Amino acid sequence: MMLKIENVSKSFNGKPVLRDISFAVPQGSTAALIGSSGSGKTTILRIALGLIPFDKGYVKINDQALLSFDQVEWSDRIGYVPQDGGLFPHLTGSQNVGLVPKLRGWAKSRINDRIQTLRQLVELEASVLERYPHEMSGGQKQRVSMMRAAMMDPSVMLLDEPMAALDPIIRRSLQQELKSIFTSLGKTVVIVTHDLGEAVYLAENVILLHAGRIVQTGTYSDFLLRPADPFVTEFINAHRTLPEARDL
Amino acid sequence: MNCRGLLFSLSVAIFACSLVLGGAALAKSTVVIGSKIFTESYILGEIGAQVLESAGSAKIDRKLGMGATGILFESLQSGAIDVYPDYTGTIAEAILKQPGLKSEDQIRKALAPLGLTISSSLGFNNTYALAVTADLAQKYDLKTIGDLLRAGDDLRPAFTHEFMNRSDGYRGLVEHYNLKIPPKKIVRMVQSLAYRAVEDGTVNLIDIYSTDAKVEKLNLHVLKDDREYFPTYHAVWVARQAFTIEHGDLWRRLGELSGKIDETMMRKMNAKIDLEKQSTEKVASEFLGVQVAAPQSSTSRIIGRTKEHLVLVGFALAFSILIGIPLGLIAARFQVAGQAILLVSGLVQTIPSLALLCFLIPLFGVGNAPALTALCLYSLLPVVMNTNVAVRSIDARHLENARAYGLTRWQILVRIVFPLASPTILAGVKTATIVSIGTATLAALVGSGGYGVSIVSGLSLNDVPTILTGAVPAAGMALIASVLFDLLGRMIVPAGLRR
Repeated sequence: MMLKIENVSKSFNGKPVLRDISFAVPQGSTAALIGSSGSGKTTILRIALGLIPFDKGYVKINDQALLSFDQVEWSDRIGYVPQDGGLFPHLTGSQNVGLVPKLRGWAKSRINDRIQTLRQLVELEASVLERYPHEMSGGQKQRVSMMRAAMMDPSVMLLDEPMAALDPIIRRSLQQELKSIFTSLGKTVVIVTHDLGEAVYLAENVILLHAGRIVQTGTYSDFLLRPADPFVTEFINAHRTLPEARDL
Repeated sequence: MNCRGLLFSLSVAIFACSLVLGGAALAKSTVVIGSKIFTESYILGEIGAQVLESAGSAKIDRKLGMGATGILFESLQSGAIDVYPDYTGTIAEAILKQPGLKSEDQIRKALAPLGLTISSSLGFNNTYALAVTADLAQKYDLKTIGDLLRAGDDLRPAFTHEFMNRSDGYRGLVEHYNLKIPPKKIVRMVQSLAYRAVEDGTVNLIDIYSTDAKVEKLNLHVLKDDREYFPTYHAVWVARQAFTIEHGDLWRRLGELSGKIDETMMRKMNAKIDLEKQSTEKVASEFLGVQVAAPQSSTSRIIGRTKEHLVLVGFALAFSILIGIPLGLIAARFQVAGQAILLVSGLVQTIPSLALLCFLIPLFGVGNAPALTALCLYSLLPVVMNTNVAVRSIDARHLENARAYGLTRWQILVRIVFPLASPTILAGVKTATIVSIGTATLAALVGSGGYGVSIVSGLSLNDVPTILTGAVPAAGMALIASVLFDLLGRMIVPAGLRR
């Protein structure tokens, strides 16, 4: 299903934080929202989740507007992976994953079957699900959180800086896994990140935000070869690369 | 873990227990006899109770050692008690505010508009008096206060500060009797020390209350006030007129005690309690010449007090959970209402417990009602405050995530907010409970039950073992409550939060 953001504007206390944002993420593809902090990417995510009202525009899934759903219906269509996993600290992994279907009245066996399927998909040991969040590693929390987001089989998945807190090696391997998970799930995915490398690796389409506006939408080569604004080049150059061996 | 269910059923159980036990405790009384909080008043109250009991026409409820004059008077007016012993001088001065009233008839007339009345004097006058050592009395043949003139320079007086300052004390006395005791010759000291000083011979003239127990023990001679200087404090029964009409037979029985107790007898009875540590029941029975009813065993007395104490604490606990937690939630959710709630419950906490109990007597009378009200008010703050803090300190991201997953407000409250707040809320309820167990001991002062009855009567009779039968179980109950709450914490607080 396609996620569409159309002409969305939003101000906090009279200060505009999003100005006329429009983009579309086609069915089964992945888009990355990228920008420095304060650029408005998390605000777009919260609007898409139906958590905060906005002043103008539409959020649509397959041409059905967010406002025509209630929060429960909408939340079953959009899976959400918060920063650091956002697991509830008082629930075990499987309780976290099973909370929403339990509240929706799913039978225990159905919940357990679904958990097993997703556990294999994210390649998580069964014992990890019996642990509390504080007993899990950063990567394990992310996997459990992925499972939780996918539990109700939503058409769209939103991930907020999913790998910000991970060390580089785990981060790299999780990025690879995420890519294959997205492919095998066939979901429409929006991932928020401030890491250009990650955005380019995971997403077909990169949406660069600056001060509440979309500066450019496209692929990495579009950004590099056809920058829409000097800021695009500035943003790319800001990512420090390691020196080559010959330069040492 | 369904913590809402657990909390709810716990509250309901405690609440039901409180109502059943409380109801049973309230249903009994028919004629209630009270007393003030010193030895003599306990004895007179007990004598009265035994006389009324022997009539057999009503169930007698003893509320002995309730407090000072104000509390007894309020209780009498509100109908919480029917009768208690007091003194004519006290009634005129402290209740009627007409110190000029001397005779029983004058006082009776003044009390009538209040719906109250008094009996005739029991036979003794417990007023200020002067006492001298036996040696001095013998040496100068001292019998009356006027005789002190003969002792001249041989007098070594010690007077209490109150006696030195009161208009009806030292100053008026020397004038009235034309005595020559210059102030600089007088040692001023508290009464207990004055008794010691007279015992070791440092002083030989002191002011006393005329029925004081130590007078006998130290073989002091009480000088006769033959020129009637000191105000009279005749012991009488003070009763509600309604009681004297409804229970005319019982009022007559009490009246039969008039003139039966003289000062020496009263002094001896006081001495048996204060110095020989006999029980008031025994002393009263001996006086009445009846067989002592087998005193209640201390075990069954402690069990009874424990039940009463549990009712008081249980009720306060149920209240603090059922009212305090919702108030705390409101305080956490709404800024202005929150400030108001915290301010009011904080203010209540600053009222000293004794003062609060006194304020509540005009509203609720005496007995369980004011005690329960005070306990409920005191147990509120820790629960309200902890709930407020616990809910406010929940990471806002958890609440937002819960909304993102489509949890309803109620589901967020039950599934996220309560479990995350449970350790702090439980700590608040624990504090409230332990504070209540302590504060409930003061409930005895307004005629309620519990361990406080033993503590208060022990204190006023200077009887340490009796104090301990109240204080030790109270401390034990607090300890047990603390352990139980730790266990409850393991059941209610989610394992993921116990690190």
